[in-house]
Parts: sequence; structure tokens; C-alpha cells
Amino acid sequence: MRGEPLAVVWFQGAGCTGCSVSLMNAAYPDIKDLLLDEVVPGKSITLVFHATLMGPTGRPALEVLDRFPGEAAGDYLLVVEGALPTRHPNFGRVGERPMAERAAGLARGAVGVVAMGTCASYGGIPAGAPNPTGCVGIGELLRREGIDVPVVNVPGCPPHPRWFVETVAHILLHGPPRPEELDGVGRLRAVYPDLVHDNCPRRADFDVGRFAPAFGAEGCLYELGCKGPYTDANCPYHEWNGGVNWCIKAGHPCIGCCEPEFPDYPSPLFRKAGAEEATGAFRRSG
Amino acid sequence: MRTVTIDPITRIEGHLRVEIQVEDGMIVGARCSGALYRGLEEILRGRHPLDAQRITTRICGVCPLAHSTAAALCLDDVLGISPPRNGQLLRNLIYGANFLHNHILHFYHLALPDYLPADALPGALSPGTDEDRRFSREEARKLADHYLQALDMRRKAQELVALFGGKMPHDMSIVPGGVTYRPDPGDVAAFRFRLKEIVDFIRGVYIPDLLLLARRYPDYFELGGVGKLLTFGCFPLDGDRLFPAGAVLDGEPEPLDPAEIREHTARSWYRGNGAQHPREEEAEPDPDKAEAYSWIKAPRYRGEACEVGPAARAAIALVRGPGGFREAAGELLTEAETGPERLSSTMGRHLARGMEALFIARAMEGWLAELDPAAPVAVAFTLPREARGQGLTDAPRGALGHWVEVAGGVIARYQVIAPTTWNASPRDEKGTPGPIERALQGTRVSGDGLLEAGRIVRSFDPCLACAIQ
Repeated sequence: MRGEPLAVVWFQGAGCTGCSVSLMNAAYPDIKDLLLDEVVPGKSITLVFHATLMGPTGRPALEVLDRFPGEAAGDYLLVVEGALPTRHPNFGRVGERPMAERAAGLARGAVGVVAMGTCASYGGIPAGAPNPTGCVGIGELLRREGIDVPVVNVPGCPPHPRWFVETVAHILLHGPPRPEELDGVGRLRAVYPDLVHDNCPRRADFDVGRFAPAFGAEGCLYELGCKGPYTDANCPYHEWNGGVNWCIKAGHPCIGCCEPEFPDYPSPLFRKAGAEEATGAFRRSG
Repeated sequence: MRTVTIDPITRIEGHLRVEIQVEDGMIVGARCSGALYRGLEEILRGRHPLDAQRITTRICGVCPLAHSTAAALCLDDVLGISPPRNGQLLRNLIYGANFLHNHILHFYHLALPDYLPADALPGALSPGTDEDRRFSREEARKLADHYLQALDMRRKAQELVALFGGKMPHDMSIVPGGVTYRPDPGDVAAFRFRLKEIVDFIRGVYIPDLLLLARRYPDYFELGGVGKLLTFGCFPLDGDRLFPAGAVLDGEPEPLDPAEIREHTARSWYRGNGAQHPREEEAEPDPDKAEAYSWIKAPRYRGEACEVGPAARAAIALVRGPGGFREAAGELLTEAETGPERLSSTMGRHLARGMEALFIARAMEGWLAELDPAAPVAVAFTLPREARGQGLTDAPRGALGHWVEVAGGVIARYQVIAPTTWNASPRDEKGTPGPIERALQGTRVSGDGLLEAGRIVRSFDPCLACAIQ
């Protein structure tokens, strides 16, 4: 029993393709499963546009994009990767038109929008001070344009592929998230349930004050600038890349890449976080 | 004469627009336009120098290790330190794995669909055209299977990066002075078995597929040549680099002199003509500049527009590189019935990627054997208030440089020149076209040129997020 697959238009703005590469790193289901099989029983997706992977190029590729929304209005999911520059139309163009204009046009007819990554969610790296190109996330762009389409953020630089899969599975089963299913910064609560710090394998070191004095040393990484006490992400128990490693296991402080202020608040990335963050008082999703 | 605009060029990283002029079945002119500006060099200004390590990594999600490596070399230079041997081995292992990922992804998922039948792949992945398809039905079916198998292989190559590099994309382990991760013996085993699987794939599947492509499309050894080549070399160990640095401007390899690099902006959306060394460069964006057509600047070496990438690395390494490379590369060139003078061509670039993938994978086996899980992986440092640094390395796509100036303890200037900045550069004030522009010029085309231009442009493996930061 296989229903009509949900068409997915994957649009790239001011980004680095890291979110796409991260999705291709998915395991169980892997990228082949996502493209060829059902994601949840009876429900599947079909990727109709993705500039990095699609076969056609130039005009034939653009013609695919230009079909949306058109008659497909209300029948496709828009995934946005990268931020949208708003300060000048020439800062980013796709197929001869400004990126922001295209993204807004595609969103207008979508059943929902998935903001894939911190850039698409909140502006991210290109929106770092002084934000030279006026980059914003897709949610903010749609607010400014007065376009009312459900948006769900999947932040991370890049996001764990699992966070995307969980979000898409949610949409296939329940439709685009309702406001009460999202936390204060637009993420599914179920996908970003708690702080890195809460589940950190080095938490015992933090509790007894055993801090790593330098890179490569044992102990909690707090003194080296770890932003785990302020970052909502389940990296400690899902780990990365098929579970082989993740930032803190690798001895690197968390840099808070899932948070709306990234990269400005956690910067300097290697400076010790303030007491408010360290006690978890910064927690926003709870 | 008609002008054909290819926008977007798909199956590359990022936003590239190419315009070709076709007259009497030949491309007579081409213009490459980078279509996205983010301003990362501006964003880095005023930040803590160590932030550059993690922020520049995020220039590109396909080759983050390239920037991670260049930033670390640049900051090592600022600090006057270098990693302990164990740390350097780990850096090389992490970076080598990124090369393997890159080349498998590029061959199967970005380039190969240009040669597969219209409906060879699932859904939107299919090329959608049957123009100039030369594989038999059986060959095409096998290659399409390998496309899917390569999806697993590239994922495993990313796991290989993450094993010592923390995570992928955007590694979290390379830092000034070394790496943060101390692998345990179990990681060494996990690394070894994934590497072995990937080596088997490169040897048993990738190289044979590459040779099949070269046999079916030998005319592409004659198309898309540039000739002037530049490499910064990569994988330092014990004072040497596995791939040596150098340039080929007049047919003969010569040593690299980084003082000879200039970035021009006459036809790029920045104020003025540039022509500065990245150490002194000031480039203010000017999105309304009338005579400009790209966000990519035009780097030149001794005034020349040089091709960078696997062909340049191979050309230099065939003369000045290790014996193991010369032997392996020589064998592959013979099997493909071509010679080193054809490396700078559409098919030559693919071949150069394959030969170095196997060579790097074997070098990694050696580095892994030398790893000492008990030895230090990083050295400590104190940041100076005032300093300058330079970090030069080759990335999978070619020569990459980072330059930093630290003043008052923060970044006063950060400049990056990436491989695709070289390859996809626009004209400079003298009107010299960039390497891809030159590679396209003079190509005979059958229809509107979309097919040939796509194949030629993709052979450079363009990465626009790197080209313009």
C-alpha cells in the first residue's frame, strides 16, 4: 500500500552544500532508501529538484524548478538549504533571478517548508556579524513577505541526518508541524529534546571540576570553550557518521552550531561560556 | 553566433552560471559567473584568531577539510608551531579520507551522469538526454549499479574522516598545533577496515569504470585543455610533501614562489582592479559594478591564469614526486592510451583523480601503521597580539591558500584563494580569460553546446562556495 509520494523541491541559497552532504551520510535509512523506498509505512518522498544531484543541467533543470508552484501548489514540500541574502539582488542568484525571490515564490505554494541547517533556519554563518549581505533564514524571509506557510527548522551546521529524517517522517505521518509541536525557535521539540550538557559523557568530569587544560587532554572541555551547556542537540547519544564519533568525543568543545545566535553568540568559539549558560539557565526549549 | 546561458550548472557545488557563444558548431567564447557572495572574509574580521579554524571550515561542506587544513597551517604559522609527528599523521589521515570521499562523489554522482543514458538512474537523478551516449546497455546498467554502490562508499569515506576528525561535514578535530582527538586502538582497527573496503572499491570498481569511460570517450582527452598548471602540494610529513608544490607555465615544472600570486578584480564585483597579493588585499564588494560579471576574483600566478587540481598535482608529481606515484600514474596513463601531456583535459582530469585516489589511499595505509595511540597529538601555544600567517595546501580541487593578519589579538584581515577561484575565474584587466573559460573556447559542439560544456566544466569539479567565500 503505497500512496502518492510527496514531491520534495530542495532549494539551495547562501550555503555550502554541507547539509546535503550530511543527508547523504544518513544510515538506516540511508540516502538510497530515502530516494527509492518508503520512509514510513505507506509513505514516501520523491526528490524532484536538487541542483547538486539532479541529472539535467541549465535550461532543462530550470524548467523543473519553474514548474513550482504552478499546478503543484499544495502538493510539495520545500526544503531550503542556506540563508537568503536580502541586501542586494545581485548577492545571490539562481537561474537569473534573486535567490530570496525564488525561495519565497517556491514557499508560497508548498505544503510546508523544512529549513535545513542553521543558515536556512536563522541565517547562520553568512548572517554572522556584520552580515554583509543581509542574510536571513527562510522563516524570517516569509514573515517579511507576509507568506503564511508552516516552517519547521532543522538547525545544525550541518544538521545530523537523523534530525532531517525524523522531521520528514513526522510530516509524512502527521503533516507539517502545528505551532504547539515546535519549541520557541521553530524546531520540533521531539527532535531537539535536551542540552548536549545533560547527556555529555564528560558530564561527570564537569561535576567534579576536572577540566581539560589543553586540546587532546582528558576532562570536561568547558574551560576550552565548550557550548554544550547552552546547545540543544542529541549528539551525545546519536553520535555522528554512523556513530563513529562526534565533537566532544573527539576532544573538541561543542561550538553551539544548532543555536539561533551561531556563530555570533558562541564566538569566540574557544572562550569559556558564561555562568548562566553553564548552569543551564539559558535553556530555551524546556 | 548565438549565446547559450547555462544556469544553473547542476551537479557541482554551488551557484555557477556559464555563458557560451556558439558559432558554426564551435564555442568561440565563454564567461563563468559565480552567482553567490556571502562575505566570510568580512565576517572573520575582528574575531578571535582561533574562530577562523572553525568558521573557514564552513566555507564548504564538500571539502571542509581543505579549509580546516589550510586554516591550521595558517594559524600554525602565526603561532610559530607545528604538530607533533603523531598529530601530523592524524591530520594527513583525516585529510586523505576527505580526498577519497571527494573523488568517489565527483566521479560517480557529479560527472558520470553526463555519459549515462537518459533514464539510467532513479527519478530526477537521471540525465534526461540520450545525446552522445556510447556505453552498451550492459555497461550502462553496471555503471548505474556502481553509482548506487558509490553512495555507500562515499558515506563510508565520510565515516573514515569522522573516525579521527570528529564528524563530517565540518570536521571538529583539526586545530592549530595538531588535532584534538587521541584515537584508541579500536579506532585504528575501525579505520583500517573501512579504508580497506574503500581501497578495494577504488581498485576493483572505480579505476576499471574510469578506464572504460576513457576508452569510450578518448576524444575528451583532446577537449578542455588549459596547459598552465599550478599546485601548492599537500600532505606534509617530516619536512616533505607527498605531492610537491610547483608550476608549469612553459612546459617545464618550476618551483613555487607564493610571492608571485595576485588577485585581480577588474571584471569581478569588487571595487577597483585589485592586482594585490592576498597578504595586502582589500576587496570591497560592489554588486553594481557595470563591467563585472562574476563574484569570483581572478587570481593569477606570474600574471598567468593557471589550472589547479588533480591534473596539476599529477603533472608535477610525475616529474618531482615519489617513485610510487610515478609508477602507478605511468601504468594508468598507458592503460588509458594517453600521456602526461593530456592530463590537462576533460578526461585527463578524471584519470588524474583516479590515480591519486589509489595512491593517497595507499599512503594512508602507511600513515596508519605509523600511528602511535599513546603519543601526543597536539602542542600547546600562546597567541601573539600581532602576527601574520600563511597556509598553503592543495585541496582535492587544487591549490588553496589562507592568509591572516592578527592585530591587537584579533583578526585584522583574512584572505582565502580557493581552487575554483583559480579555475572558474573571470577575465582580468588584460582580458586574459580564466582557465575554464579558456578550456571551453574552441570546443566543437553538436547542438547548443550544453552537453560538451557541461562535461568540460564538471571535469574541473567546481566548488563555488569555495571560489567565493
